[in-house]
Amino acid sequence: MNHIALKMLMGDKGKYLGIIMGLTFASLIMTQQPAIFVGLMARSYSFISDVGLPDIWVMDPKVQFIDDIKPMQETELYRVRGISGVEWATPLYKGMLKARLTDGTFQTCNVIGLDDTTLVGGPAVMLEGKLSDLRRSDGVIVDIDGAKDKLGKPASIPGGKSTPLKIGDSLELNDRRAIVVGIAKVTRTFQSQPVVYTTYSRAKAYAPQERRMLSFVLVKAKPGQNMDELIKRIETTTGLAAYTQEGFKQLTYTYFLKNTGIPINFGITIALGFIVGTAIAGQTFYNFTLENLRQFGVLKAMGASNGTLLRMILLQAVLVGGIGYGLGVGIAALFGFLMRHTILAFKMPWQLLVFSGTGVALICVMVALISILKVIRLEPAIVFKS
Amino acid sequence: MTVKPIAIRCQNITKIYDTGDQQVTALNGVNMDILMGELMMLVGPSGCGKTTLISIIAGILDQTSGDCKLFGENLLTLHSKDKLQFRAENIGFVFQAYNLLPSLNAAENVSVPLIINGVKRAVAERKAADMLEKVGLGARTKSLPAELSGGQQQRVAIARALIHSPRLIVCDEPTSALDHESGHNIMHLMKEVALDQQRVLVIVTHDARIFNFADRIAEMDDGHIVKVVNSAAELK
Ligand SMILES: Nc1ncnc2c1ncn2[C@@H]1O[C@H](COP(=O)(O)OP(=O)(O)OP(=O)(O)O)[C@@H](O)[C@H]1O
Ligand SMILES: [Mg+2]
Repeated sequence: MNHIALKMLMGDKGKYLGIIMGLTFASLIMTQQPAIFVGLMARSYSFISDVGLPDIWVMDPKVQFIDDIKPMQETELYRVRGISGVEWATPLYKGMLKARLTDGTFQTCNVIGLDDTTLVGGPAVMLEGKLSDLRRSDGVIVDIDGAKDKLGKPASIPGGKSTPLKIGDSLELNDRRAIVVGIAKVTRTFQSQPVVYTTYSRAKAYAPQERRMLSFVLVKAKPGQNMDELIKRIETTTGLAAYTQEGFKQLTYTYFLKNTGIPINFGITIALGFIVGTAIAGQTFYNFTLENLRQFGVLKAMGASNGTLLRMILLQAVLVGGIGYGLGVGIAALFGFLMRHTILAFKMPWQLLVFSGTGVALICVMVALISILKVIRLEPAIVFKS
Repeated sequence: MTVKPIAIRCQNITKIYDTGDQQVTALNGVNMDILMGELMMLVGPSGCGKTTLISIIAGILDQTSGDCKLFGENLLTLHSKDKLQFRAENIGFVFQAYNLLPSLNAAENVSVPLIINGVKRAVAERKAADMLEKVGLGARTKSLPAELSGGQQQRVAIARALIHSPRLIVCDEPTSALDHESGHNIMHLMKEVALDQQRVLVIVTHDARIFNFADRIAEMDDGHIVKVVNSAAELK
């Protein structure tokens, strides 16, 4: 009976396409919107991923996420270095500082101070210059987006294009000269401020003097260390908080999940996509079944069981669901691909496909169920009614 | 002349449709025997209960009271699964509106009863092509219903009703949608390929032009059988 079910479905091209379009729409929304959501959430911790190398981040226990800087005393670095199982530990400065541009305007920058000797935590992708150029006096590396946009020299005529900051240009950080020695590509974060890399000691000089300047201690564990135990050792010895890279990412995005309106906003969009998709697909599929009720009645009169008809409708639902899902996910992926060089956040891990797949399956089951109930209640005697 | 065995026995059948606010008595004590190998026509004014009666005989509608035995089997008391199987094996249907599945071609439409009976698709469609040959549509096996004339569609429907060699074929107004000549041809075809000593044909019709094809005619009025005659001339 399967081929009959399929021919019935595809016989009515208009309805067939209508149902598929509804499901495509639903799976598109249920894939694309969460993909943007996941992409955005990943931005919350992209700085942690960019730093990459260290196994463990040590910080003040009150820190709630990556940009929540609670400076520590520098002595903490040496205490961490002394803990057994620590291969190396380096300081990291992270803070917002005002830069004075050549035209006299100010721009807040996200200044990252890297360990003077190792430069651990530097940008992974250098577009111009080398990371080691940071050792040159007053050297800073700026990110390409910042260099092009916020740190660029404003156009001489209003509305004209600004000139990007380039190697050799200078800016002023807290009345001190900084010279651009490199341009880097960094992963986008929530902060739209330009990122300025420099050495730890120079960052301290740029920043207003405070007793506590150390933002994080980055730790590499000795080979074969049990991370949990090392973290516990660090925490009990120093009274600080320590997280693995994964753990710190999790801390960060959990903070954003709990404390921003992002999840609820996306949740609403996704729910709407689900509802509208269900409505369109459900409506057309139900209509399709209603119009074919007579055909189902004929089959019933000729001895086809409810079970057989149920399987036919399920097969029809599974087919349109599969096609709609494939198209929706395909369009979402294409969208993500086309947007890959833009500011848009977009990430489509496999869990997301399971999520939208489940959503579409749910729609199909609901849609098929209404039709099945109608067909089961159908009296075969209707076949003689004209 | 040998006495033909009884194929269908209706005893005091009543059917009351309950539409919620009112009750319609469609059948009011129908008694009738239909014999093996005969073509029985049911005639009578609109609304007298003809369709209701053949629906009950064919087991697609339950009577309110009375007894209907089809080849000795009481469909009312049969378990629903057995009833379906009984219908699938023993009954062929022909409708006024043909009721072919519009997206299946002629051969596929004809093969449906075999497929319901569990026959493999390839076998079923081959048999269907043979059956279409018998009803004069051997060249149109791949045509969709929409590509066929009314008469041709009704031939496909007849082939579908016959394909699984059922013992009973019920037809509701099989010629009413056709012109005189096509209707005549359809009835000829019925007599030739459908009628058989092992089979009963029950045909509901308004169409006086085809009364001559009947072995017996049962005239109904107001929910019961008024008389059963052997030829159209006796109807008055
Ligand atoms: N499903 C139903 N619900 C309620 N009443 C019905 C139903 N089907 C038929 N009836 C009523 O039962 C009576 C007999 O109907 P039936 O269809 O058997 O007549 P018929 O002889 O076939 O008429 P026609 O020649 O017009 O087809 C009519 O009064 C009709 O209105
Ligand atoms: Mg009728």
